[in-house]
This record gives sequence, C-alpha cells and structure tokens, in this order.
Amino acid sequence: MAPAHSTGSRVGAGITALAAITLLIGGAFVGLLVEGAHDLSGAWAAFDPYLFRVVRFTLWQAALSTLLSVGPALFVARALSRHPRFPGRVFILQLFAVPLALPAIVAALGILALYGRAGYFSGFFNWIGGQGWPGIYGLSGILVAHVFFNLPLATRLFLEALQTIQTDQWRLASQLGMGARPAFRLIEWPTLRAALPGVAGLVFMLCITSFTIVLTLGGGPAATTLEVGIYQALRFDFDPARAVALTLLQIALTFIVVLALTRLGANVVGDANLPVAPRRYLSVNGTEATLNATLIVLALLFVAGPMAATVAAGLGADLGRLAGEAIVRQATLTSAALAFLSALLSVMLSLALTVARRALALNRRFGPRTLLEHATDTGAGFVLVVPPIVVGAGWFLLLRHVGDVFAIAPVMVVTVNAVMAMPFALRAVRPAYDAASERHERLCAQLGISGWLRLWLVDWPSLRRPLATAFAFAMALSLGDLGVIALFGSDSVQTLPYLLLARMGSYRTQDAAGLALLLGLVCLALVLAADRLGKGMARDV
Amino acid sequence: MSDRAADGKGVPVRLDKVSFSYGEALFAFDVEFTATRITAIMGPSGSGKSTLLNLVAGFETPRAGRVLIGGADVGAEPPAVRPVSMVFQENNLFAHLSVEQNVGLGRSPSLRLTDTDHTDIAEALAHTGLAGKGKRLPRELSGGERQRVALARVLVRDRPVLLLDEPFASLGPALRDDMLDLVASLHAERGMTVLFVTHQPQDARRIGQKVVFLDNGTVAATGTADDFFVGAGPEAFRRYIGIGAGDALSRDIARKRT
Repeated sequence: MAPAHSTGSRVGAGITALAAITLLIGGAFVGLLVEGAHDLSGAWAAFDPYLFRVVRFTLWQAALSTLLSVGPALFVARALSRHPRFPGRVFILQLFAVPLALPAIVAALGILALYGRAGYFSGFFNWIGGQGWPGIYGLSGILVAHVFFNLPLATRLFLEALQTIQTDQWRLASQLGMGARPAFRLIEWPTLRAALPGVAGLVFMLCITSFTIVLTLGGGPAATTLEVGIYQALRFDFDPARAVALTLLQIALTFIVVLALTRLGANVVGDANLPVAPRRYLSVNGTEATLNATLIVLALLFVAGPMAATVAAGLGADLGRLAGEAIVRQATLTSAALAFLSALLSVMLSLALTVARRALALNRRFGPRTLLEHATDTGAGFVLVVPPIVVGAGWFLLLRHVGDVFAIAPVMVVTVNAVMAMPFALRAVRPAYDAASERHERLCAQLGISGWLRLWLVDWPSLRRPLATAFAFAMALSLGDLGVIALFGSDSVQTLPYLLLARMGSYRTQDAAGLALLLGLVCLALVLAADRLGKGMARDV
Repeated sequence: MSDRAADGKGVPVRLDKVSFSYGEALFAFDVEFTATRITAIMGPSGSGKSTLLNLVAGFETPRAGRVLIGGADVGAEPPAVRPVSMVFQENNLFAHLSVEQNVGLGRSPSLRLTDTDHTDIAEALAHTGLAGKGKRLPRELSGGERQRVALARVLVRDRPVLLLDEPFASLGPALRDDMLDLVASLHAERGMTVLFVTHQPQDARRIGQKVVFLDNGTVAATGTADDFFVGAGPEAFRRYIGIGAGDALSRDIARKRT
C-alpha cells in the first residue's frame, strides 16, 4: 500500500539527527565506562567523605536557591497580575527575560561588581557591619546569583499561569465583591499551586546543574558542586577515577530530578515569550497596591542591579585597549564562528526531529506511538538530563587515549552546545511546522509537492521566522557557554567566556568587566532578535 | 501524470467492498458513482462522507477492497497521481503564494510553467470570475474568492474526477448559490464526474443529479436527486433532512437544471 503522504525522507532526516545525538552522548558514556572499568578500584575509592560533602552541598544550595527564587516569585507574579497597568510593566517583564539570555559568567561578574569585596556596595556594607566586608563568595554568592537568574524566570512562569485564569472568573469575583484575600485563596492560589511543582522543579534542576556560577562565585572546596568537582578533577587534579565517580553521581541525580519533574508534569524547557495582560475586572485597595508596588520595585532592583553593575563596570574598563588586543579579537572571532556553527547545527537537528515526528504521527494516525516517535518527541528533551560538562568529561576521558584532547575543542564546543540548545530550538520550530503541516499536508499530497521542493516552496515561508528565532537563541546560548570550553579550552582555542574566566583568575577585573559587557550585549541583542522574530511570527498567523 | 488525467471527461468511480477503520469507527463502502454525473453525498455527521472522499483521493488507505477509477485500481497510487482533484472546506491555498501561483501548482508542483500554462491559468481565472486578481495573495481575497481560486486550479489540473468536501459550507446562502452555479457550469463544460459532500438539501437539489445517502459508516441508499427530494427516498433520509413523507419542501427551492 502506498502511504498517502510522502514521509520517507522526513523520517530519514529524523533518524540521522537522532543517530548524531546518540553518538555524541553515547560516546561520552563509553568514555566514562571505559575509564571506570580501567580503574575500578580508583573509581570506587573516589566515593569518600569529601564526595558526599560535595553531593550534600550540591543539593543544599539547589534547595535553598529554589526556595529563595520561587517563594518571592509567587508574590511578585501575583502583584504583577493584579496591576495590569503598572507603570513600566512591559519593560519590567522584558527585563525579567534578560537573565535567560545573559551568560552566567556575565551575571557572576555583575554580582561581584555590586556585592563583591571591592564592589559598589562594599562601602555601604562596611558602614553597616562596621568592619571589612568580606565580599560575596561561597554559598551566599551562589544563592544571590541563582536567585538573580531564577526569580525572574519563576515570576514569568507564574504570571503566565495566572493569566490563564478565565476573565469570567474575575468578573464573577468583582461582582461578588471578593477582596484580595478571598480572591487569592479561591482564584489565584489554586492556579499557582498547580504551576508550583513544575516551576520549582525546573529551578531546582537548573540549580543542581549550574556550573559557571559555582565555579566563579563558589570560591573554594567548601562550596563545590558535582559539576565543578568534575572540572577540577579533570583540569587540576587530573584524577579521572574521581571524575568518573562524580559524573555518574551527577547523571543519577539529574535523572532522578527529571523523572520527578515529568511526574509532576513540568516543562523542563523554559520559555522566552512575553505574556500579555488580559482585561481585568478588579479593584485593588490602597494598602495592597502599596504592598504590591514595593514588592515589584524590590524585585526589579534586585534583578536590574547586577545588570546595571555590569554596564557600569564594563564602561569603566579600558575598552579601547581591550579591542586592540590580538587575543581579544581572536577570542571574539572564535566565539562568533563556533556559536554560529553550533546554532546552525542545532537548528538543523531540531528541524530534522520536527519533520520526522510529524511524518511519523501522520503515518500512524491512531494507535500507540512507536519508540521512534517518542524519541523524536519527548526523547529530545532528555538531552537536558546530561549536562554539557558531563558530555565533555566523557569525551575528554575517551580522547585522551587517542591524542591531543585540546585539538578537538572546536568540535566539542560546537556539537555539545548545539545539542544542548536543541530543546529550546525545537520549541520555536515545532509548533510552526506542525501548524503549517496541518494546513498543507493534504494539499501537498494532492498536488504532488514533496521532498526539497516542498521544503523550499511550502515549508520555508512559514518556517523562516521560527528558524531564525531558534537560530538566534541557540547562538546566544552557545556564545555564553563556559561548561565545555572550560574543559577543552587552551591557549590555542579560547572563546570569550574562557578568556573572561582567565582574566578573572589573574585578577584583571577591569578587563573581565569590559569583556563581560561585550558578551552580555551580544547575547542580549541575539535574544531580543529572537523575541522580535517570534512575535512577528505570532502576528502573521 | 497518467494519460487519463489529461482528458477531463468523467470516468466512473467505484468503491468495491472497501472497508476502513478510523479508531473505533468502522466503514464499509460498496458503491459506484456514475461517470460525468454530479452525485451529492449526504448523511449525518460521522456517517463517513469525508472518509469516502479521502479514500477516493488517496488520503486514506482501505483496509480491504479496491478503489477503481475509470476501471483501474488506484489503491497503490499516491494522491498526486490519481485522476482526481479535490477542493477542501478550507486551506485550499498556500497563504504565501499569489493566486496565479496557487493555480499554477495544478499544472506543475515545482511551478515551472510554460507560456501555454500561463495562458491556461489566465483563462481559468477569467472563467472563475477572478480576472485581474492573479497577483493577489489569498489574504486579500474574500472566502468565496478563495474557493474560486481552488476551482480555477481544478480547471488547470483537468482531472476526470472532482471531489468537493463541503467547500462552500462557510459561505452565506447567496454566495453559496453563486458558487454552486459556477460548479454546475464548469461541469457542463468539462463533464467530469463530481462527488459532492454537503449537509444542505437545497445545495444537493440545486446541482445534484444523483444522491448517495450514507448512514452509520455505510451506503444506506442511492438514487436520483429527483426521487430523493420528492419524498421517494428512504425513511432515514427523510428523517435526516427533516421532511415528512410526501412533503413538498421542493416548492420553495428553485431547481437549477444542469
């Protein structure tokens, strides 16, 4: 029997993409297993009290970060939802999207510039404490940075949830004369509670796999997480057995968390889109309005502070000299080239998985989904279980037997970042493709438009924008990544984040601030472009 | 494209003991549609009207049985090579392509068009009342005009069988009558076999020559439109359109001769 829709090539593309992803992640596992089997006793011996302290700290900081991000976010989101016409609301929400785009190392520098020992606030803290402000390092630094990233994220997610409440419910509430308290208890809280496990789980996941923040702000063995432990085991102690033990623990940990998350129905991939305030029918009394405004302003200051500090410190750097340095130019070029290739690969992978998933769904029609369809669908999201540093560590261990691990740095940076950005790219591409396919599938079958012809004539016009969105977002993610390059970077292959880390390490704080400003601006521009393109897309449909 | 496709003259369409299942729903069709006639396919929602068209067009594959068009078994052919054109209720056009390009796709799926093709396209547009609108995009057209573009493409494609899947259901009554008259005139000219799914008795009366009534996934009755609408149709059909036996609802509706 002939299939009604020409789907063979689409499924083929998906299988190729899956094979490439499997090779990348599978290769890392082979590296880990070979190393572990090679030195079984060493790997076993690595499970010492220090290791358990690292695990405990990893979980502890993640739990605290989640609590401090999600708790306040509930109330900030509620405040924002109750004031659809709060001055600068759109700007605040846009600002809250910025941390999503900001490379972790840039944020870490901003936080140091603000709260560090020589930061803008150190005089103030000295005055309060009456003694030398030690600067924000260790657990407190990690928490501040994690809250900086995750409070805005959680706020936006909660706000999105609140805005799914039917307008009629608000109309009813105002007709019945419900005050703030009963409205919260009867209308807002049920919605927030439903979103809570998912949001908290997502934040927890992001915090246990956080690498850059802990590396730059942890400041010592007392505040080390598994990911940083892996890096140190490979780059400093050169203790592969310990790296294997740490990596396996990290995978087990993330796996458990993701499993729990999917049970809770969480969406592991965050969203960059802005919620729009619907029409509201509610009256907020004076006290509550003041309270809400205070809350919003505090959150705003907390999020805007490090960004402002990044800009101020960056402008304080000798930007002219920096731009003239050959090494800076070289790193910029390397970063741009690697991020470009990575984004390209990421978009190609997501497109291949998208078309394959759709084709498989069309062929199936009804009945249970095959394993392949699952793999192209939810399976793709599971790459997030394997943090980049783990993939990097696996290949690092595998390749060191073969030759110079630092020589393949570009390949690792491009491929690992491409795969890590893929779940985000998928979210931009898939709905657009599926919607277009819904409209055009029968027409294409009838008129005999298939293969490349179809991709060019039919799919490209509706996919151009989402593909560009995915590309810009993937490029921003890849540009700011420090995980893989921290392992594989060397004097011959340096990216901007790597160079930044090196300058920080050698206490050239001004240089670091200048580079952070450059990196932050480029990433911000990319994500803004992605957002623009995404919104234009929504308007077209 | 097969040879039969070049000749617009209608050929018979036969579903030979075709069975098909869609989730829980089961369908069994055994029916022949007379060549060069307009057959209205009617029946309650879920009775299998669209499924029947999808089987003929090749969007669905039968579990058993044969689909014969002009005597040839087309069961193994993908939709594009079957001697069939279909007009859907919506999404007949690619939103980013101009009217001309959308019609041109009926001639070449890669839009490699010869001068003759361009002439034919212009002619088809004029024929369907779209002269001068070739450069427009679908969003600049009204709902009725969009369906006219789909009909223009049917003309350019020139296949012996035309499947209409409630293409005018979302149009107002007067506009719908205009569109039906357009279909009737295209049919008078080309003589293709038309299978026309509709919920509206007056539509079926206006251009239908024959009626196939589906109920519960199978063909419940067939006959001429005249018989069906003077009340000689089966009881289930009368219940469906809501007229008592011998009712002369017919008086109110002008019958368009085709």
